[in-house]
Amino acid sequence: MMSYIARRLLYLIPLLLAISLLVFLMIRLIPGDPAQIKLGEKGTEEDLKRMREELGLDKPLHIQYWRYLKRLLKGDLGRSIRTNNKVTNEIKTSFPATIELTVLSMIIASIIGIFLGVISAVKQYTWIDNLSMVGALVGISMPVFWIGMMLMLIFSWKLGWFPISGRINLEANLDIITQFYLIDSIITGNWVAFKSTLSHLILPAITLATIPVAMIARMTRSTTLDVLNKDYVRTARAKGLKERVVIWKHVFKNSLIPVVTIIGLQFGSFLGGAVLTETVFARAGVGRLLINGITGRDFAVMQGAVLVIATFFILLNLIVDILYAYLNPKIRYS
Amino acid sequence: MRKIFTILLLLMLVIGLSNSTMAVSEEDKYGGTLVYGQGAPADALDPHMTTLGSSADITVNIFDNLVRFKRGTTEIEPSLAKSWETSEDGLTWTFHLREGVKFHDGTPFNAEAVVFDIRRQLNPDHPYYFEGQYPYANFSLGMIETIEAIDEYTVEIKLNQPYAPFLKNLAMFATGIVSPTAVKEYGEDVFKHPVGTGPFKFEEWVKDDHITLVANEDHWDGRPYLDKLIYRIIPKNSVRLLELEKGNIDMMQGLNPTDISKVENDPDLEIKEDPGLNIGYIALHNEKEPFDNKLVRKAMNYAINKEEICEQLMKGVAVPAEGPLPPTMWGYNKNLTGYPYNPEKAKELLKEAGYEDGFSFTLRTYSAPRAYNPLGARLATVVQQYLKEVGIDAEIEQLEWGTYISEGKAGKHTAAFFGWMADNGDPDNFLNVFFNSENQGSTNRAFYTNKTVDKMLVEAQKTTNTDKREELYKEVQEIVVDDAPFVFLNHMKMQIPIRKEVNNFVLYPTNNKFFHKVWIND
Repeated sequence: MMSYIARRLLYLIPLLLAISLLVFLMIRLIPGDPAQIKLGEKGTEEDLKRMREELGLDKPLHIQYWRYLKRLLKGDLGRSIRTNNKVTNEIKTSFPATIELTVLSMIIASIIGIFLGVISAVKQYTWIDNLSMVGALVGISMPVFWIGMMLMLIFSWKLGWFPISGRINLEANLDIITQFYLIDSIITGNWVAFKSTLSHLILPAITLATIPVAMIARMTRSTTLDVLNKDYVRTARAKGLKERVVIWKHVFKNSLIPVVTIIGLQFGSFLGGAVLTETVFARAGVGRLLINGITGRDFAVMQGAVLVIATFFILLNLIVDILYAYLNPKIRYS
Repeated sequence: MRKIFTILLLLMLVIGLSNSTMAVSEEDKYGGTLVYGQGAPADALDPHMTTLGSSADITVNIFDNLVRFKRGTTEIEPSLAKSWETSEDGLTWTFHLREGVKFHDGTPFNAEAVVFDIRRQLNPDHPYYFEGQYPYANFSLGMIETIEAIDEYTVEIKLNQPYAPFLKNLAMFATGIVSPTAVKEYGEDVFKHPVGTGPFKFEEWVKDDHITLVANEDHWDGRPYLDKLIYRIIPKNSVRLLELEKGNIDMMQGLNPTDISKVENDPDLEIKEDPGLNIGYIALHNEKEPFDNKLVRKAMNYAINKEEICEQLMKGVAVPAEGPLPPTMWGYNKNLTGYPYNPEKAKELLKEAGYEDGFSFTLRTYSAPRAYNPLGARLATVVQQYLKEVGIDAEIEQLEWGTYISEGKAGKHTAAFFGWMADNGDPDNFLNVFFNSENQGSTNRAFYTNKTVDKMLVEAQKTTNTDKREELYKEVQEIVVDDAPFVFLNHMKMQIPIRKEVNNFVLYPTNNKFFHKVWIND
């Protein structure tokens, strides 16, 4: 097991290199000159030339990549063209907001998704099953920003249950330590800030959860149905176990294995959805960082953000694979 | 009788109440926090290091300039310089500085500070010249030959040529004076630690979330009424409006034209409006066929129904352009008649030009809405329809903004949509920018060349006599409108939705938001 993990970690190096190259090239393939955008409409040709030199954009691509790689190895992601901030700093301040959002959203999606999936499998072809599967279909099909706007209009604007946008009430006076506002408010014992952060999180988290809920529910349903037809389930029922025990002890645990994978893989779509959710709810996260980076053709920020997201995603998949082995001792890695 | 008496009593009560709310004592105006909702985040809080309106709206409240615009105008009045004089030849400017002013960090404001701040932008050998970080310097201060401190409170600036709009450039957001101590302390990161002499001091910047300023108690022109000023970033216009309706923010920029009636019907909100100094136009490449023919260019102008575009599509937030200058700018030629919609005339002109059967060309556009064009690429399809009616076939080509601008500067278009927002409120900032043949390759996007116009524009820069300048600009407008290098389209009005608790806010034609004299009801 340990050697498996070690090997997987080693694989990370060429993988990340490939990703860095891919991102580097992709970004430069889309049209748009960052120097021109930074300069605005007023600069002269001379200013433009100077700025391109300053940003190193006048050099051939392979030299630009080599420079980028050299800095990358030192943990330096460069400076944002648009704001001149260090990209590592920008990510440090924005990533925690996204993690808070996605983790909460993942918890919501997993609980509701698994619950709906199991119920619909057990009550297959009843109205409960039909209703939750139609719901899942709708969930998958609805655009994230639309759900976000609707939730906001109903629960924040009309009913006033939640704040409309932002990450925290500015009057909460939270001392920032880790950038994870929930953790910071616990450390400093600032419960006003904790409550405010949480209430700012709920609607975006639900918004972000809608698509994964649907995916998880459908996956859980089909794997549960699979397990329900297994011989040992029939045996369990035959020996007179209560249906509740059969479902939750024998069926549920065994049907969970593929679901864990799906949840892990869904994390990618969580991060993708975060781009839209953060824009709608005005949350300062890595999704917004990326959007601002793209509109400003801010190469360093785009590269940095995508690289960090990709690394995170790969690590998460690694964890999922390890979990997989743990959940199913039959799986052996050689 | 009793009814009348009751009504009278009620009336008196109402009048009495409204009087009492009107007469807010000076003392009651102080205090409170104003939250301003922005759509785009600021990039840098050093006035020299940004070109973004979202940054400038903040820096103009942190930094003072040598001179400033009078409230709500583009007229100049003293600020950090209490007086100034110009030499006969218009080359030497002497500024007498206000004494006893301090930057927010305690550094005394004096001639040395001014010299330091201007030199660091212009002189590549200056230790604090940051290569490629001063996008506006050339434009706003490029005409400066030397700058010297004569004594502690006198600065002498020599220009390389007489330049009448110089004073206006010194009032622009990009020429606010930054504390030299801060520049030395933070180096290239000074944009994160803005220190000026202005009415508000910088307190906090949480990226992509908010920026907080607090009152500068010691401002030379009196402390601001507000205690605190917060800029919140809310990317979506519609969400920002929800926050405004709920009172979580007090003002905002970026109103969707479709939301105007919503704001107008809300008893707590109003819309502040100003004609705005800007223009949206189509640059017709004057050196390329068929637009090298003046008759064709005129036909293009007649063929497009600008009134309809402004009224119907832009919901009355725009006025049709008669020429290159916005009608509220000084120097505007009121005798211009422009090109009222007249498709018959357009067809006649085309016939005369030898294009009886029309022609086809590529019309370039960008995608997203811009300040001078709320319709974005939709405007191109509308124009396409009008042109079709007179037999002109426009093929629309849409490009990404960065490419669009650089190719526009290089003249790779045949015809393309552009626009301009005033920097300093001087006609030179429009006419010279658009029509001086020297500016081909940067801002003369029609590649228009007219030696007479060139000569007059330079003359207008050199003379300090305002009447003479006005005369020259009026004449230039006549020539240019007749030559029709552009299709002159529209001037957008500026609109700021605002809660009624906010008092004394005035829009400036340059579109920067000043909060010094704004106060808020509790």
